[in-house]
Amino acid sequence: MKLPGARIVLECLKREGVDIIFGLPGGAVLPIYDALYDFEGLRHILVRQEAAAGHAAEGYARATGKVGVCLVTSGPACTNLVTALQDAMMDSIPIVAFTGQVPTHLIGNDAFQEADNVGITRSATKHNFLVKDGKDLGPIIREAFHIALSGRPGPVHVDLPKDILVKEAELIWPEKVVMRSYNPNYDGHPGQIKRAAKAMLRAKQPVLYVGGGVISADAHAELRELAELTQIPVTTTLMGLGAFPSEHPLSLEMLGMHGTYYANMAVHHSDVLVAVGARFDDRVTGRVDAFAPHAEIIHIDIDPSSISKNLKVDVPIVGDCRRVLRGLIEAVKQEKEEAAAREARQAWHAQIAAWKKAEPLRYEWSDDVIKPQYVIQEISNLTRGSAMIVTGVGQHQMWAAQYYKFTQPRAWFTSGGLGTMGYGLPTAMGVQAAHPGKQVINIDGDGSFQMNSQELATCFAEHLPVKTVIINNAGHGMVRQWQRIIYKERYCAIDLPQIPDWVKLAEAYGCVGLRVTKPAEVVPAIEKMLSTPAPVILDVIVDKDECVFPMVPAGGANTDMILAPPTREVRDKAEKSQTGF
Amino acid sequence: MSANGAEPRKHTISVLVENKFGVLSRVAGLFSARGYNIESLSVGETLDPTVSRMTIVVTGDEFVIEQVMKQLHKLIDVIKVNDLTDDSHVERELVLIRVNAEPQHRAEIQRTADIFRARVVDVTPVSFVLEATGDEGKIEALLELLRPIGVQEVVRTGKIAISRGPKSRVKRAPEKRARVSDDPRVVGFAD
Repeated sequence: MKLPGARIVLECLKREGVDIIFGLPGGAVLPIYDALYDFEGLRHILVRQEAAAGHAAEGYARATGKVGVCLVTSGPACTNLVTALQDAMMDSIPIVAFTGQVPTHLIGNDAFQEADNVGITRSATKHNFLVKDGKDLGPIIREAFHIALSGRPGPVHVDLPKDILVKEAELIWPEKVVMRSYNPNYDGHPGQIKRAAKAMLRAKQPVLYVGGGVISADAHAELRELAELTQIPVTTTLMGLGAFPSEHPLSLEMLGMHGTYYANMAVHHSDVLVAVGARFDDRVTGRVDAFAPHAEIIHIDIDPSSISKNLKVDVPIVGDCRRVLRGLIEAVKQEKEEAAAREARQAWHAQIAAWKKAEPLRYEWSDDVIKPQYVIQEISNLTRGSAMIVTGVGQHQMWAAQYYKFTQPRAWFTSGGLGTMGYGLPTAMGVQAAHPGKQVINIDGDGSFQMNSQELATCFAEHLPVKTVIINNAGHGMVRQWQRIIYKERYCAIDLPQIPDWVKLAEAYGCVGLRVTKPAEVVPAIEKMLSTPAPVILDVIVDKDECVFPMVPAGGANTDMILAPPTREVRDKAEKSQTGF
Repeated sequence: MSANGAEPRKHTISVLVENKFGVLSRVAGLFSARGYNIESLSVGETLDPTVSRMTIVVTGDEFVIEQVMKQLHKLIDVIKVNDLTDDSHVERELVLIRVNAEPQHRAEIQRTADIFRARVVDVTPVSFVLEATGDEGKIEALLELLRPIGVQEVVRTGKIAISRGPKSRVKRAPEKRARVSDDPRVVGFAD
């Protein structure tokens, strides 16, 4: 069957099960938009800037477990998209991004809106393709979806020259994707799994350290079963939040730079650390040589290159988290637990309980000024932890991670690896498009939100009733916090005047705007926001001096946590351990 | 990070890749993005025209090399990665050397070339171009001898390498180096 290339692209998307495309048209992709005009079964969501299309695709992918798809034109559209691609790369999010390209005979001619798209996205994607022949469209799109979703998921970019989209070609659709150079390994090595099971049962002070891999492998049920079976406490990374219920008795919540005191202490004193779908990121480990110094480390990961990259691992297991955890559960059931270890683990649980009691997450209450942590707590209470929570990047992100009580996987969307400010609103659009009936709340900062606030127009036009709560501290709060604690209060380039007026801006975009300035107004405002069937901005004016604690200064050991607002003594300590990044 | 004192040394890594558009830049880009230094890289088609072989010489300690191999393997177009360094193998490089050849030095250059089984491939009244092949040691030795006479220009292909013995041979385990794990799917080695 011969079809124009543009039509082939759409047919292939439909066959891959795509129902929504996030995109923005332009010269080089006009043939696809022309084909879309009377193509049935694909919803196109028109964004206002190309990066938003990429983030929305990320939100869709994380919410559904399917591949997210975006479509933009050549040149500047592709360069705008790069941030979203790199974001998906760092956080292992499966998306396929299509860009237009100038006609093949013009490639390399510095044509209008030409950029070396595949050259630019090469290092920001898991793989990319330039289509040079119409008959390759089907096989390439098939491979792109396969690569994006399999192994360690990630973004794949397909560059489509305009003449390929116009010319007719045969639609070739391989039923199976066979690639001799790409065969990810899913099953963990049985011998290694047995070794790991033995180590876990022998351990007197074990900890499970869990990352986003557990969520992308849908392994949360297995994780819970294993943790309860072995009574091993669980700490999650920023990406792993939701993989284990925050309020479970075995939960230590988040570890790392802004992790809980008890999570960091438990990891530091552990004798066996089981890393599952996590990659020993510097925000987690702090100073690497001081991270879990006494522990035998077991590392389960789908990506062999994650293993022994930052830190030497004793028992590596390459495989899919779900299958390996299943194998571990079976192996643990067959092993005999050492009585001495079981005995000692009582003491371990008592120690952890003591840490939890001594240093819980806390902040100082005020009757006059709104504390940002309180806002998150009330969002958590009023939604009973069942909302889809999206964030931007900064202090509000860390407070959301600390104070929201997570109950389920695929309900937490944050830019972990890349730390992309402006991630919140467009990602929330993708989540809302995937789950029209769910409550999607974007907890954002006044700095972060301004990087993509134009997408309010998309929310309005596409009927995506995303709720945005702006934790408004009139500045780049996280930078302010670092300048306060580490750079001796030499505040530089952090103040954002209270503009725009967020309520007026919301109204200008056809959305609903609300503002609160007093603690007593917070609950009614959140309730009103949640019951409004339209996109809402809730502008919460908070205490601008509030800092995120605990805090491990960059390059410090995780036991060097700063637990309270800085005194001179704390500042000196921070200065000593500062390494300058 | 040091691997129990493992010293950096040169490794010869043989990589089979899909002979596709952009594959060289993927490999080169990987090295620059991760801060590894390529000493040399040579590429050519194999018996199967859809597959190319790259021979890469890279310096690093065991940890770095383990990461290099894993990262190479992670590239979608890479079919196979092999560290030949500690296996029995033959390696060769071809070099073209333009050397001063004033009358009083011509005989000496000729003699040196003979000893190294190099050939004179171009002659002018004042210069020779020599062609030599060999491993790194031989090429360095030849250059060392020619340097006092005046080497004007050197062009090198970079190293290529092939393992010894029949292709299907079961490889012996490398000496002194244990695998990172018992899991054969974990690519790479550590001390």
